[in-house]
Amino acid sequence: MIEQIVFTLAFVSAFGLFFYRLYRIYKYIKIAKPLKLKFGFKRVARVLKIAIAQSKIFKNPLVGLLHAFVFWGFIIVNVEMLEITIDGVFGTHRSLSFLGDIYPMMIAVFELFALSVIIACVIFLGRRNIIKLKRFWNKEMTTWPRSDANIILITEILLMCSVLIMNATDTVIQSFGNEHYPKVGAFLVSGYLTPLFSGMSESTLIFIERFCWWFHIIGVLIFMNYVTFSKHLHIFFSFFNVYYSKFSPLGKMMNIPCVTNEVKIMLNLPSADPCSIEQTNQFGAKDAQDLYWKNLLDAFSCTECGRCTSVCPANITGKKLSPRKIVMDLRDRVEEIGPKAVKQGNNFNDGKSLLDQISTEELWACTTCNACVQECPVNIDPLAIILELRRFLVLEKGSAPGPINAVFANIENNGAPWQYSADDRMLWAEELSFKSK
Amino acid sequence: MDNNQLKVPVMAELSAQGKSPEFLFWVGCAGAYDDRYKKVTRAFAKILLHLNIDFAVLGNEERCTGDPARRAGNEMLFQMMALTNIEVVNGYNVKKIITICPHCYNVFKNEYPELGGAYEVIHHTQFLKQMIDEKKINIQNSEYINKMITYHDPCYLGRANEEYDSARDVLKQLGANLVEMKRNKNSALCCGAGGGQMFKEAEPGNKEVFLERTEEAIDTKAAIIASSCPFCMVMLTDGLKYKNKEEEISNLDVAELLANAMEL
Repeated sequence: MIEQIVFTLAFVSAFGLFFYRLYRIYKYIKIAKPLKLKFGFKRVARVLKIAIAQSKIFKNPLVGLLHAFVFWGFIIVNVEMLEITIDGVFGTHRSLSFLGDIYPMMIAVFELFALSVIIACVIFLGRRNIIKLKRFWNKEMTTWPRSDANIILITEILLMCSVLIMNATDTVIQSFGNEHYPKVGAFLVSGYLTPLFSGMSESTLIFIERFCWWFHIIGVLIFMNYVTFSKHLHIFFSFFNVYYSKFSPLGKMMNIPCVTNEVKIMLNLPSADPCSIEQTNQFGAKDAQDLYWKNLLDAFSCTECGRCTSVCPANITGKKLSPRKIVMDLRDRVEEIGPKAVKQGNNFNDGKSLLDQISTEELWACTTCNACVQECPVNIDPLAIILELRRFLVLEKGSAPGPINAVFANIENNGAPWQYSADDRMLWAEELSFKSK
Repeated sequence: MDNNQLKVPVMAELSAQGKSPEFLFWVGCAGAYDDRYKKVTRAFAKILLHLNIDFAVLGNEERCTGDPARRAGNEMLFQMMALTNIEVVNGYNVKKIITICPHCYNVFKNEYPELGGAYEVIHHTQFLKQMIDEKKINIQNSEYINKMITYHDPCYLGRANEEYDSARDVLKQLGANLVEMKRNKNSALCCGAGGGQMFKEAEPGNKEVFLERTEEAIDTKAAIIASSCPFCMVMLTDGLKYKNKEEEISNLDVAELLANAMEL
């Protein structure tokens, strides 16, 4: 009975904390500027393709397969959470075993996926720590991001191992004829582990079995909450992020309608209503709340895989810019200002900004080539953030590099980025003739 | 004056005669001013004239689309250029625009519509492919048969607008042996010029982007690097010079290759 109460309390409080934290993140994301994105079946189709079928990770088929093992493994093994929850609340054991012959088959599937998760996670640990794949060791991958990744992988391995050991000991206990342990037979994978436990006493085995059961469920409950503070949040957010990601060709940049209105007034063109002072008090972004909420959702969806950075022409050639760092800096900044910004709204000001973390050197190294956007497996758009920050630098601070300012002046005065006269625009057509044959 | 001299139709003159040509050929700033890219403009114009396409250019009325300003953060200047250009282009009742610059192409296709400038926008490689498909261009004895050619995807045509095939199809029609760089199509490496980089020194690093890309092109052992963007052309041509390869490997636009094969 005490066990049931402890279980129920742990279960309810873990889920309570989990949903509260998600609600907090939702509020944090809402500190940013509004953006209306319409529902569409095309969006749903894209979630199926990119988030569920993970088409972009399969660009590297082997890694795609391993990642799919972990993804599907985690989803399917969590179906077993259903049984664990029923057993925990009602003090039963293997409550789903009434399914009869289907039950061992179901557990066999769970175990196969558990095994595949273990194999994939071991390989992933090796790639990070032994092979030391470059993108896991870039500058922004400091101690915490690297540890975060390892904690996640090790936890997943331990959680899966606990399921297999639990099942193996259960099989041995069944042979003692303990009536609390229904005879469901050996399972596909853990069956091979039973020799390890064959010499043990029933009480030892029950202790191990119970320990693994508790380890698994408490582990899952803690891990679930850990994830919301970790890069691993992508397991929940990537679906939403893909759903809301932009559809228009990647080359299309977001318009600022207020600027259009101002320019129309300047040029004496018929214009819509001028924008309110609130809308026009700042162009571009210097901090998280000046961006759009989708940019912030991007930041929470990033699992720091670094594919963006590994294809960035600036980063490849040794420049300071790393699209992943931009996204990570944004998330850190949102976590930093979130609690106060939610309370204080538009009045929030802590004397700091996102531009304290992201230098102009990084921002001016971008070629806007869209390689990072193309590459992201969950459709994060680091370029949109970079461009909004650039807009602030230019429109609000007037701090473009000298040669860029010269280009602006030329475009304004001559209608071309170079200092040539518009009267020379047809020089190319002089003495044009077909080759004489 | 030479009798063979070709006359490029200008929109204002045709308009004065009450004509409105089917296509506006948007030359772009590089096409008008950059000495190297002027040759591409000439090659493409010759193809248009040879095919008797009903087109005109804006000539002195053309202005920068504002793309470099927008990508460098100057939204105000971009919108000034955009709205001014749209006024001029709409004034001539233009429906179709052909451009020889992927940056102009992207802005016209994706960014002008919400500012009041909606047109059918065609990149010159798309137009050339269409002409070949419609059998308006027939290549008999291309000098590029079995020549190894590699094609560099411009970011603003490729990733930005998912146009990867037109240029390649034209090159195949030339009989070329098309070889791909390691990073191609949607994984293609940028030449290093976009987003305003063309006009400034690179930020501190250990290599120039254009060299990284040029090396990749050289690795294909191709005799010709084909491109379809004025900025990529500047970068790759510089890269070849830097690598002392400009004698062995040439960097030509798809329009130039086709014009050569057509002996124009």
